[in-house]
Amino acid sequence: MTATQTVERTAEKPRTGEPFVGRAMPRVEDAALLTGVARYADDLPVKPGTLHAAVLRSPHAHAELLGLDTAAALAMPGVAAVVTGEDAKRYASAFLVGVRAPMEHWCLAVDRVRYVGEPVAVVLADDRYRAEDALDHIQARYRPLPPVTSIAQALSPDSEPLHPAVGSNIVNSRPFLYGDPDAAFAAAARVVTVEVEYPRNSCTPMECFVVLADYDAAEDSYEVLSNFSGPFAVHPVMARALNVPGSRLRLRTPPHSGGSFGNKQAVFPYVVLMGVCARAAGRPVKWVEDRLEHLMAATSATARRLRIEAAVEGDGHVLALRMEQTEDCGAYLRAPEPASLYRNHGNLTGAYDIPHLALTNRIVVTNKTPTGLNRGFGGGQLYYGLERLMNRVAVELGLDPLDVIRRNLVAAESMPHRTASGGLLDSGDYRATLEEAVRDGALDALKARRDALRAEGRLYGIGYAAVVEPSISNMGYITTVLTAEERRKAGPKNGAQATASVAVDPTGGVSVSVASAPQGQGHRTVLAQVVADVFGLRFEDIRVNTDLDTGKDAWSIASGNYSSRFAGAVAGAAQIAATRLRDRLAALAAAPLNTTPDEVRFAGGKVFASGNPDNALSFSRVAAAGHWAPGTLPDGQEAALRETAFWTPEPLKAPTEADSINSSACYGFIFDFCGVEIDRTTGALRIDRYVTMHDAGRLLNPLLVEGQILGGFAHAVGTALYEEYAYGDDGRFLSGTFADYLVPTAREVPVPVILHRETPSPFTPLGAKGVGEGNCMSTPVCLANAAADALGGAVPSLPLTPARLAALIHPADEPPRPAGSTRSPPARQPAKPGGRGLTGEGSREVPATPEQVWAILLDPKELAALLPGCEALELAGPNAYRAEVVVGIGPVRGRYTAEVALSDLDPPNALTLTGSGASALGTGRGTGHVTLERTDGGTRVTYRYSAEVGGKVAAVGGRMLDSASRLLIGQFFEKLVARAGGGSIAAEPPSLLARLLRLLGIRR
Amino acid sequence: MPVLNPRALNPRAPNPRALNADTRHTVTITLNGRPRSGQAHPRLLLSDFLRHELGAHGTRVGCEHGVCGACTVRLDGIAVRACLTLAVQADGRRVDTVEGLAEANQGRMTALQEAFRRHHALQCGFCTAGILMSLSDWLERTPNPTDEELRDMLSGHLCRCTGYAGIVRAVMDVTGQAIPSGESAHV
Repeated sequence: MTATQTVERTAEKPRTGEPFVGRAMPRVEDAALLTGVARYADDLPVKPGTLHAAVLRSPHAHAELLGLDTAAALAMPGVAAVVTGEDAKRYASAFLVGVRAPMEHWCLAVDRVRYVGEPVAVVLADDRYRAEDALDHIQARYRPLPPVTSIAQALSPDSEPLHPAVGSNIVNSRPFLYGDPDAAFAAAARVVTVEVEYPRNSCTPMECFVVLADYDAAEDSYEVLSNFSGPFAVHPVMARALNVPGSRLRLRTPPHSGGSFGNKQAVFPYVVLMGVCARAAGRPVKWVEDRLEHLMAATSATARRLRIEAAVEGDGHVLALRMEQTEDCGAYLRAPEPASLYRNHGNLTGAYDIPHLALTNRIVVTNKTPTGLNRGFGGGQLYYGLERLMNRVAVELGLDPLDVIRRNLVAAESMPHRTASGGLLDSGDYRATLEEAVRDGALDALKARRDALRAEGRLYGIGYAAVVEPSISNMGYITTVLTAEERRKAGPKNGAQATASVAVDPTGGVSVSVASAPQGQGHRTVLAQVVADVFGLRFEDIRVNTDLDTGKDAWSIASGNYSSRFAGAVAGAAQIAATRLRDRLAALAAAPLNTTPDEVRFAGGKVFASGNPDNALSFSRVAAAGHWAPGTLPDGQEAALRETAFWTPEPLKAPTEADSINSSACYGFIFDFCGVEIDRTTGALRIDRYVTMHDAGRLLNPLLVEGQILGGFAHAVGTALYEEYAYGDDGRFLSGTFADYLVPTAREVPVPVILHRETPSPFTPLGAKGVGEGNCMSTPVCLANAAADALGGAVPSLPLTPARLAALIHPADEPPRPAGSTRSPPARQPAKPGGRGLTGEGSREVPATPEQVWAILLDPKELAALLPGCEALELAGPNAYRAEVVVGIGPVRGRYTAEVALSDLDPPNALTLTGSGASALGTGRGTGHVTLERTDGGTRVTYRYSAEVGGKVAAVGGRMLDSASRLLIGQFFEKLVARAGGGSIAAEPPSLLARLLRLLGIRR
Repeated sequence: MPVLNPRALNPRAPNPRALNADTRHTVTITLNGRPRSGQAHPRLLLSDFLRHELGAHGTRVGCEHGVCGACTVRLDGIAVRACLTLAVQADGRRVDTVEGLAEANQGRMTALQEAFRRHHALQCGFCTAGILMSLSDWLERTPNPTDEELRDMLSGHLCRCTGYAGIVRAVMDVTGQAIPSGESAHV
């Protein structure tokens, strides 16, 4: 067991005779992907007459849905149907929720919208373009409600309840007690505390969601094809929402899928939605999510607030933890949530031997997109708190952070080690692994480099993180959210069934099918390696199918692509199925080979007795015999044609009465360290060196393992430094394009040094553990610890953007920066933190008396001429108007129906102009206070305004909003000056910005 | 939306016809060396035209706003985003897509494609076609890129699976250059 460094790994050249498992085999998947012939969901043929769906989404974070007028949309050419919440209520039911709380989540909003982007209606048309056209012609009426946009707000009893029947936005709260933490805290030398908040982000696969749905009225059954990734525990949730038994929801997956990282779990509400659409329209339906929809409304990692207190001895030994976790699950607790909060319940104490733990878990709802699985789900959040805490222990006690980690790691002698909360850490020598990483990763050289650079006055820091990476989730862990009493009523849930089928065909070929729903990892390659070894065949002899059909294939609730279950569970199940089939073939071949079944060997495409390799039968002949000549089989023997194995890890039991839960079947170990430099001027963080050491058990294919680590690391770099799903204070979504949601590119992702140690898991058939998620758990906090080291203490919340780091580096007397955001250009008045709130003020001299100006403002015809883009204005009441306004912001031009009102009338001195507008593109509202002051030349008009813009415009045009709004308001006053007889519109030359925008076509 | 003038993108294009927004127009392109025709409303994106009108699914659509690069094709040899190009803009022009790479190489994968496979430069493969098309254009002009030049060029593409390391190695390998030594040393 020595560490091997995989800095440069390429596919191996063919070798003969040696096992394929463990070798860096190139992937069988690649040829189709590289030549463009691969078929993803959107590439598959559709039935004639298929309708294309476009989804109308809520522009409001929180509002009552008062009504929908779909008549105009239905009258559009090519539109076949508009499906609304009424149809959802007619044909479907609300989704099951994982906690006992009266919350209803429907596939379409029925009476209230709870996040920006929530589906409100679906247009079904002959093509997608026409469907999207028709969206603009649906009139939706809302009554906005106060939004809840932060964990702090959700915890407040004063926040508007999202689900009034629950009565609170804290939808679940559970205390847990393991050991005797109070005694440990009483005895401890010190108490060290951290409080952190982990942001929302997402792995954003390059392929968005796709659903093709059809309803068979004769059989009352649904047939759906979707790039859904599992867990198939969600299949019963979908079937129940569609009011059919599971056997009447036939769900298929395509041959290729463009990434998931857990996210494609969240396609399931759309499976139900499109099923309802197909049923309502009486025709097949296809929906392809676009990128704005995905970023805005698909799914997100949970935001989490953690407060952890550690009872520590003077040498850094941690005796006990008190932990509070508050999880923001968004507007609905959507299955399988609260998975993100409970997935790591058995490993809450990480890689450390900390026997006493007090815990409070809270789940809150906010007016944001529902959360779900996201690479490393729950682990990034947990370890961000735990590893910041270990770092603080060292800092506050004046110890070396690495020594604090060393002092607390679980000892090899105690493996398998039972954690305080019930996890069973299966194997590994964490301390030796750490020392190997320190040596082979050259930590000493890195420390010397830090010293040298610091001596030059540069901001350089080293960070560490040690974590366990759970894999193969226990189907029972989520029930830890229920009380023992509730669990007794619901019945036990545990285990993690993996399935695989291995079959021989009439030519003696071997095929494998699994329910692992791969999303690009290379499952087909690894399964061919595993099964070729079992049968002694060539790699290319094994044909692997991974597209799944729940109507025909073997699957179970644990099936799917999540919680790093492939290598440990699915590949193991395939080996079991293949071995069973081989043993049955051996029993049949024993007689013709004049030997006993246990002496039959399979190698080199031959079947022979161990002592007599020259007297061999060809594998294909032995395998095919059951098809061609079943009559010649020995009496009582069944042909060996197909084996399906179901395998569940032995250590996965249901939670105990005392809430002890082994939440995963095995646990890899990761130790990372890194060096970062922070630019003193700009705050930009550069990863100088990153070393990541993994013990993931047996490596089935080192090439693919390296790919998983590099990919997970890249996601983690994004999480740590760039990515955040940003929202305004009013719940507007602000990250609707890849120009706003910053995914790291080849320039931002360095290549880490990857080290391995291989301690096979005793609990999986092949000894393998998960490996693809670990860096999403360890790397964000490792980088944050390094940043803290560089900055000498505090570190801002993730992502560690230059603006946030610069704000720490530069004291407050530096020029103010836009808080929380680097997206908008500096406004004259600072914008609201994190929001698209716009404010401004100004004044103009108008060559007319205040009375004349007043008359213009109060004349509807004049007002219509002043409002930018106003195409119609009608009186709606005293000093209230309804206006049709066309406004373009950046790439988005929309027609708004606006309510405009004049109030606080103080003729001819002052008035307040308020307006609010809504369209399919979003909402806007604003208030302007205007005062008129008599001057020598006429009137000085002074104005002050504040405005807020939401919906699609805010999500995709955010970077341009400040300037565009100022332009529109400027236009209003320019016209006022002109109307008032000034004629000199060009009182000031157009600003550089205005000219630039004009050039870009944003303004004519 | 501002009206796009095809000549703005391609000064050599013939004078724009006045296209009726409500009717479909015949668009004929030379797709990977073969003439192909289809019908397109003026607003139809080239990406949708290729995929759904001509059935050339090798070109993928990842963001439809020009950032991710998955839909990159070569238009008269120049790498462009098919999602930011209208099908009618491609009328009469040559379009090369990922399907054509091996076709033009006697049906075998090109050296670059083989290197991608060897270096595990792809996982889900959804971004791969666009990256290959950009590289096929760029490497003709930049046959021996430095690591920094290559990463700069690749920054026009988003890949969520690989962390880009395998892509960089594959290109360095196929251009006959050493794998960047900076990978494990201090950058």
